[in-house]
Amino acid sequence: MEEQRQDYDVLVIGGGNAALCAAIAARSAGASVLVLEAATKFYRGGNTRHTRNMRCAHDRATETLSGPYTEEEFWDDLLRVTGGETNEDLARHMIHQSKAMLGWIAKQGVRFQPSLGGTLSLGRTNSFFLGGGRSMLNALYKTAGGLGVDVLYEAEVVELEIEDGFFCSATYMHNGERRNVGARSLVAAAGGFESNIEWLKEGWGEIADNFLIRGTSNNRGTVLRMLLDNGVDRIGDPTQCHAVAIDARAPKFDGGIITRLDCVVFGIVVNKLSQRFYDEGEDIWPKRYAIWGRLVAAQPDQIAYIIFDSPSLRRFMPSLYPPIEASTIEELAGKLGLDPAALARTVGDFNAAVQPGTFNDAILDDCRTEGLTPPKSHWAQKIETVPFYAYPVRPGITFTYMGVRVNKQARMIMADGRPAANMFAAGEIMAGNVLGRGYAAGIGMTVGSVFGKISGEGAAGNAHN
Amino acid sequence: MHTTKALAEANRLMTVCNSCRYCEGLCAVFPAMEMRRSFADGDLNYLANLCHSCGGCYIDCQFTAPHEFDVNVPRTLAIVRSESYAAHVWPQAMSGVFRRNGLVISLLTAATISAFFIGMMLVHSSGGMFRAYADADGSFYALMPHNVMAGVFTAVSAVAALAMVLSIRNFWRAAGTSLPIAMAPADIWQAIRDAATMRYLEGGGQGCYEDEAVGTDNRRFYHHLTFYGFMLCFASTSVATSYHYLLGMEAPYPWYDLPVVLGTIGGIGLLIGPVGLLLAKKKRDPMVQDDSFRGMEVGFIVMLFLTSLTGLALMLMRETAAMGVLLALHLGIVAALFLTMPYGKFMHGLYRFTALVRYSAERRLHM
Repeated sequence: MEEQRQDYDVLVIGGGNAALCAAIAARSAGASVLVLEAATKFYRGGNTRHTRNMRCAHDRATETLSGPYTEEEFWDDLLRVTGGETNEDLARHMIHQSKAMLGWIAKQGVRFQPSLGGTLSLGRTNSFFLGGGRSMLNALYKTAGGLGVDVLYEAEVVELEIEDGFFCSATYMHNGERRNVGARSLVAAAGGFESNIEWLKEGWGEIADNFLIRGTSNNRGTVLRMLLDNGVDRIGDPTQCHAVAIDARAPKFDGGIITRLDCVVFGIVVNKLSQRFYDEGEDIWPKRYAIWGRLVAAQPDQIAYIIFDSPSLRRFMPSLYPPIEASTIEELAGKLGLDPAALARTVGDFNAAVQPGTFNDAILDDCRTEGLTPPKSHWAQKIETVPFYAYPVRPGITFTYMGVRVNKQARMIMADGRPAANMFAAGEIMAGNVLGRGYAAGIGMTVGSVFGKISGEGAAGNAHN
Repeated sequence: MHTTKALAEANRLMTVCNSCRYCEGLCAVFPAMEMRRSFADGDLNYLANLCHSCGGCYIDCQFTAPHEFDVNVPRTLAIVRSESYAAHVWPQAMSGVFRRNGLVISLLTAATISAFFIGMMLVHSSGGMFRAYADADGSFYALMPHNVMAGVFTAVSAVAALAMVLSIRNFWRAAGTSLPIAMAPADIWQAIRDAATMRYLEGGGQGCYEDEAVGTDNRRFYHHLTFYGFMLCFASTSVATSYHYLLGMEAPYPWYDLPVVLGTIGGIGLLIGPVGLLLAKKKRDPMVQDDSFRGMEVGFIVMLFLTSLTGLALMLMRETAAMGVLLALHLGIVAALFLTMPYGKFMHGLYRFTALVRYSAERRLHM
């Protein structure tokens, strides 16, 4: 039995930063708004729960930002990390809008602090949320509630009624019942599909079973799939995702920031055959950490081991699980389930190839290997001081890039090139428009906030016409 | 490795938190944590006493239950904090008193009240105990001479003060296990400012947590009433003692004189504050609280309230026939309050202040 139907001006599907910015903007513009969040109240907000900062352009230093970050510099950074896989028009529009976003989001109750310990390099460019992403969400939900936005938790949308690019209504499950709600405009802000292992397999094959998902288990991409099936144009391809190497002992979902490991550059990385497979010292860590998920995914059984020795133990941010420790390389191999002789040979070959140099992890130093394949180009130091340590790592998927195409109004574009009549998108579900590949800290939140606000305003305006 | 279950859990949580650090802007606990890589019991006891239990990190944390990491810093540190009073107490033989604090305080209070009552009954006839004295007769000093009263309370205070000083010394030494510091006078001044404003009850600015979406500052308000009420009462007694011994002015004093004004204002604060704190405790989310030391917490609050109540009643009715009974009640309660100070919730103020001094020094030297 379907309950009596109540219609809204704007329906927002999703419950993260993008969804809440859309809901607040639409409600502030006078629209009635319903937010359907698939998660429980505790898990509300998807990957926003795990975020901690937002990258916005600004012309001068602020109380929490150490210096200016111009639109041009932001654009250069975006161009560099995406390797040009971005829509310049859309990206520049977002960057321009990001300037006002810092003030707008603070007005919604979100509080900022100077950059967190261990993230000094982001102190000028990125605004950190006081208390992190969940604190930010709490503020947005409180503001939205105060404005009169209706929010339903545990309300997963299972069907969209769309006629020729025109959204009519959505069907969702709530308390075991199917319910239907109509709205004049739709904002889809329901995240990507990285928690949908079956969908990941379409791009990656069976090895996706060995991936860990760093964020919410709710990002199953059901809304994205429904939109694509209803003729919305697709952007990006299904194999693209942001993947880093995280501790293999992390839970399947939602391990968040604390399972990351920042120690690749201080040691060597071997696969289950005890073989090295990539230059661990190719470039500074912030520029390389996002390639290691993919590198580990290409190894047998999608597992690898970071091996280092005691002088390096305190050179990187601590993480959740303690390193595996041993007093000989052979013993360490035994604890990892590797062939002791093979690992000893790999470490021995590496040590023999290390050239003298002056170690400095703040720059591209001159500590490198000679005659080794693959080489280690920087920070190469002999692994010789007991105790020896290892972290097992697996690919950890942060988010996916494939999504729906939008224009500058955050309006979805149909496969035939026409803008949708009343459908908007914001956040990870459309991030691929500006971020075709790569990543720079805090951009996901910029995409969410900026396009969230734009889509909410657009959806409200649309509803009034 | 850790001496209690709570300390082991605190160690687990600090490992989680030190890998995340999202909360470092909220209070002093997390920056102090970041200065360490491993956590000995002394470190954890110190961190627990830095925590003001605002609850901010609990609502901000993405890893609280039902998440499998099950992070609950305020509750865990509340248990560690309560246990830390027992762990560092002097003499160690008194460590069991904290867990049965409500009972101990009640029994001791009954005993001290009885002692004053019986004492006065023995010295005076029952007729002397139950009749009215005019202020001109010296009021309560007619029942108990000033020097006797001062002597009894000087002795009680000295015993309590010695126990407190030695307990704090134990705590201070243990807190220095893994991060050596040298304290400077500036650290004490900083700690005084932090404690006087209860700076770290703010949770980074939104106030202590009572309802998920609404931060309120009521606990701080009631704590201020309680703390400053207590200090005013203390000041009142000190002024009166100076009047007596330095100026030769003997109590009772007129209503507009300093000891009475200070005592009355302080007493009113000490009536409203404890009630507010008790109500705030009931209103707070049980998830961020720990129940296992409830007797100690409630016991202390009730004792403060009763001290003020009987004190004010004594002042108002000092010329009536009820004075004798009220005097025995008031003196008994105050004596019990002082005797139990080193062995109850009162220590939270001293340990937290000590932790704040240490934190100031650590910031100065290690950040």
